[in-house]
Amino acid sequence: MKFSVIIDALPYLLQAAVTTVWVSLLGMLLGQVIGVLVCVARQSGSRAADMAGGVYVSFFRGVPLLIQLLLIYYMLPLVGIDVPPLVASVAALGLASGAYVSEIYRGSLNAVPHGQAEAALALGFPGTTIWSRILLPQAFRISVPALINELILLLKASSLISVVGVAELTRTSQTISASNYRPLEIYLAAGVIYLAINGVLALFGTAVERRLQRG
Amino acid sequence: MIAADKNATNTAPNGASLPRTAGGGPNGSPAGTTPMVTVRGLGKSFGTNEVLRDIDLTVNRSEVVCLIGPSGSGKSTLLRCINFLEAYDRGEIRIEGTLVGYSEDSPRRRLTNRELRGLRRNVGMVFQQFNLWPHMTALENVAEALVQVRGMNKADAAARARQMLERVGLAAKADSYPARLSGGQQQRVAIARVIAMEPHLMLFDEPTSALDPELVGEVLQVMRDLAADGMTMVVVTHEMGFAANVADKVAFLDHGRIAAFGTPREVFHESAEPRVQQFLQTYHERNSF
Repeated sequence: MKFSVIIDALPYLLQAAVTTVWVSLLGMLLGQVIGVLVCVARQSGSRAADMAGGVYVSFFRGVPLLIQLLLIYYMLPLVGIDVPPLVASVAALGLASGAYVSEIYRGSLNAVPHGQAEAALALGFPGTTIWSRILLPQAFRISVPALINELILLLKASSLISVVGVAELTRTSQTISASNYRPLEIYLAAGVIYLAINGVLALFGTAVERRLQRG
Repeated sequence: MIAADKNATNTAPNGASLPRTAGGGPNGSPAGTTPMVTVRGLGKSFGTNEVLRDIDLTVNRSEVVCLIGPSGSGKSTLLRCINFLEAYDRGEIRIEGTLVGYSEDSPRRRLTNRELRGLRRNVGMVFQQFNLWPHMTALENVAEALVQVRGMNKADAAARARQMLERVGLAAKADSYPARLSGGQQQRVAIARVIAMEPHLMLFDEPTSALDPELVGEVLQVMRDLAADGMTMVVVTHEMGFAANVADKVAFLDHGRIAAFGTPREVFHESAEPRVQQFLQTYHERNSF
């Protein structure tokens, strides 16, 4: 073990970590939007929308993320859409994460007791207000631990986008260790950086949970 | 004081869909006053299971009517039909003369939740499980409907909510979240949430059944106060003492029918209906030791 190589590589690794965080954040954002839309589709009461949502979820949950990424990366150019690796990466992460997030939201909504909406209904609340004031705040609160878990999984899964050449943390570690022949030190450093980022995410999650659990 | 409405012993099948004159007979209400609730020929089925049949019931203004009976007898379903949380299939319910849940057209059309809002804001409901909103404080629970349904501004709503909490003896708990309150306190907040809306009628669905025995009394006391203030109340309950002492009328339900109806005295002591006697017998045995 020679720790000086870590010191030398650290600026590059940290820069790559920034890319990892950015790609993950954008993927999360896309995942949240898709997750809400798919969840709404499945709860809308329309059979067609429910079916479409179901197919979406089973595809993106059932096919490995690496395969999805390669499909997006190699397939879209075939139909004339040239996607930069970064866009393909964000899209793949977001599409896959959306499938999981929609299930988290669906489960959380179903976990809100029926009486909660009924009390509002009996008081004469408009339907939209029941959603915005009673159901969604509670569903969100229930979903926080699972959402944080999903975000951590997504951040780790972002290491897969190294295969399409995005210079994120894993890819950069590969490149550096290929040139200095010190894979152990470099990957160890990369692992610690991933751990640190996820530690921050977990802390953030706990803080949100605590804030919401005042009740 | 109140002549017994003999709906209970009515053996002739009611024309299920025929609206009859509200009140139907001597019921003690001042002449020219529409009863608060009239139920005529009410029926409801879940699939092939007939949970309510030929229910006739009149609730006059400022009356307290208790619905009692074995579990599964349909008393909660009947109560939930009154504000149309549960749809009924046959007969009709009117609140202050207005048909509940359906248009007056023939054939009748089921109203949407949006169309039911006007009715529901005048009919308060207290649930067995309280159904307070856990993400809001006691004060916010009470103020929410004032803002969202009555359109009051936040400051006025909060002031009014505080008054209501005071009325149920919980002014000190205004800023507590429901999870920090005992069951009895939660139910009193739930009652405050309803009376803040100044309902014409209040429905109670086993309001003390989820409470520890030592907490039942405080909720019943609040309900007694409401009754004394002239609130019209329909109460599904297993508290026979409350029914005997506070109710103006008691309806005993069995297998979806009103098997006995009258003043507490008539139902508890003078009814010849064997099922009432059997029910009370079981109740006494369970509560004696």
